[in-house]
Amino acid sequence: MEKTLPNNLKFFLTIVLIFLIGILLFLANNKASEYVILILNLMAINIIFSVSLTLINGITGIFSLGHAGFIAIGAYVSTLLTLSVSQKEMTFLIKPLIYPLNQIQLPFLPATLIAGLVAAGFGYIVAAPSLRLIGDYLAIATLGLGETIRIIANNAWSITNGALGLKAIPPYTNIYWSWGWAFVTVLVISSLVKSSYGRALKAIREDPIAAKAMGINVFSHQVVSFVLGSLFAGVGGALWAHLITTIDPKSFAFSKTFEILIMAVLGGLGSISGAIIGASIYTVGLEFLRVLESPFKIGFISFPGIPGMRMVVLSVLLIVLMLFWQRGIMGRKELSWDSVYALVAKRLKKRGGNDE
Amino acid sequence: MSNQTVLKIQDMHVHYGNIHALKGISIDVKAGQIVTLIGANGAGKTTTLQAITNLVRKSGGKVFFNDYDITHTSTHQIVNSGIALVPEGRRIFPNLTVYENLMMGAYARKDTESIRKDLDWVLTLFPRLKERLKQLGGTLSGGEQQMLAVARGLMTRPKLLMLDEPSLGLAPLLVREVFQIIQKIREEGVTILLVEQNALAALKIADYGYVLETGKIVMQDTGQNLLSSDNVRKAYLGVAIA
Repeated sequence: MEKTLPNNLKFFLTIVLIFLIGILLFLANNKASEYVILILNLMAINIIFSVSLTLINGITGIFSLGHAGFIAIGAYVSTLLTLSVSQKEMTFLIKPLIYPLNQIQLPFLPATLIAGLVAAGFGYIVAAPSLRLIGDYLAIATLGLGETIRIIANNAWSITNGALGLKAIPPYTNIYWSWGWAFVTVLVISSLVKSSYGRALKAIREDPIAAKAMGINVFSHQVVSFVLGSLFAGVGGALWAHLITTIDPKSFAFSKTFEILIMAVLGGLGSISGAIIGASIYTVGLEFLRVLESPFKIGFISFPGIPGMRMVVLSVLLIVLMLFWQRGIMGRKELSWDSVYALVAKRLKKRGGNDE
Repeated sequence: MSNQTVLKIQDMHVHYGNIHALKGISIDVKAGQIVTLIGANGAGKTTTLQAITNLVRKSGGKVFFNDYDITHTSTHQIVNSGIALVPEGRRIFPNLTVYENLMMGAYARKDTESIRKDLDWVLTLFPRLKERLKQLGGTLSGGEQQMLAVARGLMTRPKLLMLDEPSLGLAPLLVREVFQIIQKIREEGVTILLVEQNALAALKIADYGYVLETGKIVMQDTGQNLLSSDNVRKAYLGVAIA
């Protein structure tokens, strides 16, 4: 039997951990360079994206490739709500923005919430027809869905300003917003997954027919999971738009979905803690690899910097990783205090054994 | 035991595209009985169970459960109204633990106290599962998986338990064990509809049997009478008739 820790100790440790992360973020916000703060923001937003995709893909087993579409909806909706009226007039040169969007300006929090809700509502509308499909067909349908949203954004000039995109978005996103939302996302999704409802979602992933034979309403469970995932994708999109301050339809191409899929698969599809680890490694790793794009030296050999080189190296790294670590870093396991404790206990035991 | 009909199937048809898989079958399952449906590969046995629970679409006919018309009721509602299906090939959840698998059976139930009682009951029926509660379902042996599938079905607290080929791929000793457990379950007042290729074992414990051949019921009688019928012996029991 494996050893387990008492529940209130685990709760205490979790509170301490969250508190420590909070202090670190506070320090970073005050002392670190703008570049580091940007990366920390991106990391939190990527955690939101990959955890929400993990709920849909990894936990419920709906192979969705439309995540970028919901991110786009969140980004556009929130931006249209936070841009000032005069800024909107300046931006929409080719066709004016339709009423009532051209008259409203909202603070960041309600704009983010509405962005999430609109993305969720859209998720609800598209979930019903696409979830009638299974496997590859569902993947293709959601892929088409994501692309459709992008193409609509490209052509609906009076709402999205078409290919010109939206600029001068107020940079509201800071460490507290992004990490606060990341915390909410992880809290909501992981408590859902831990509940018996989450167990039903996993059962659907494992075997939809057997899940039906257990009296689970497979369709409604899938819809709930899809809608919740879309909601957080929309929120993440809102945060992202207000971080990089300029969006256009190209930002939400299929490669965006793919990027998130890489994070989720890297961490282990089906594990929330894996999704967090995957998003963190991907965000930071991509920045470290920037070295490759400026001239550098290894020993006596000097390399010219080639733009785009980091993506090549990253791809090779991912292929190697997938060859040797097929289920990702965490597989379907979750990081818990028990598993940390078991690991530490094992290490100590080993050391004890050596002493004898 | 009352002789009330629990499940009544009237003239049920199923089409797979152009293939007429079930050509109007009628079955009665009486309360407290073990009723078996035997037949060769492709006769339509599994289709019958899937059509009852609406996992495949019926193209005609009616199904009544305790006099309620469940012809068009959705699968999860049928299961929650008291029919459990233990599907062919076990279909346990491989990456959930044995305990989680069992609790999935009780998913739609709210009464924690009686769930715990039922858990104790299925664990006394299948003591081997008790030792493996924390193990992942996929790591069990074939026989243990079959037991888990039956136990999981029982956790829905069914009035009618439908078993699809519970002996499939099991060693003879295990087959005997599974059939003994089926009888024990019946003694607890659960009505059983048993679909089997292993006609001998099924008919031995059945009160009543139906023989299905290419989508039609060709014979029906008590288990004893079917066992001694020449046609059944020749076709399904492999006994040469001189």
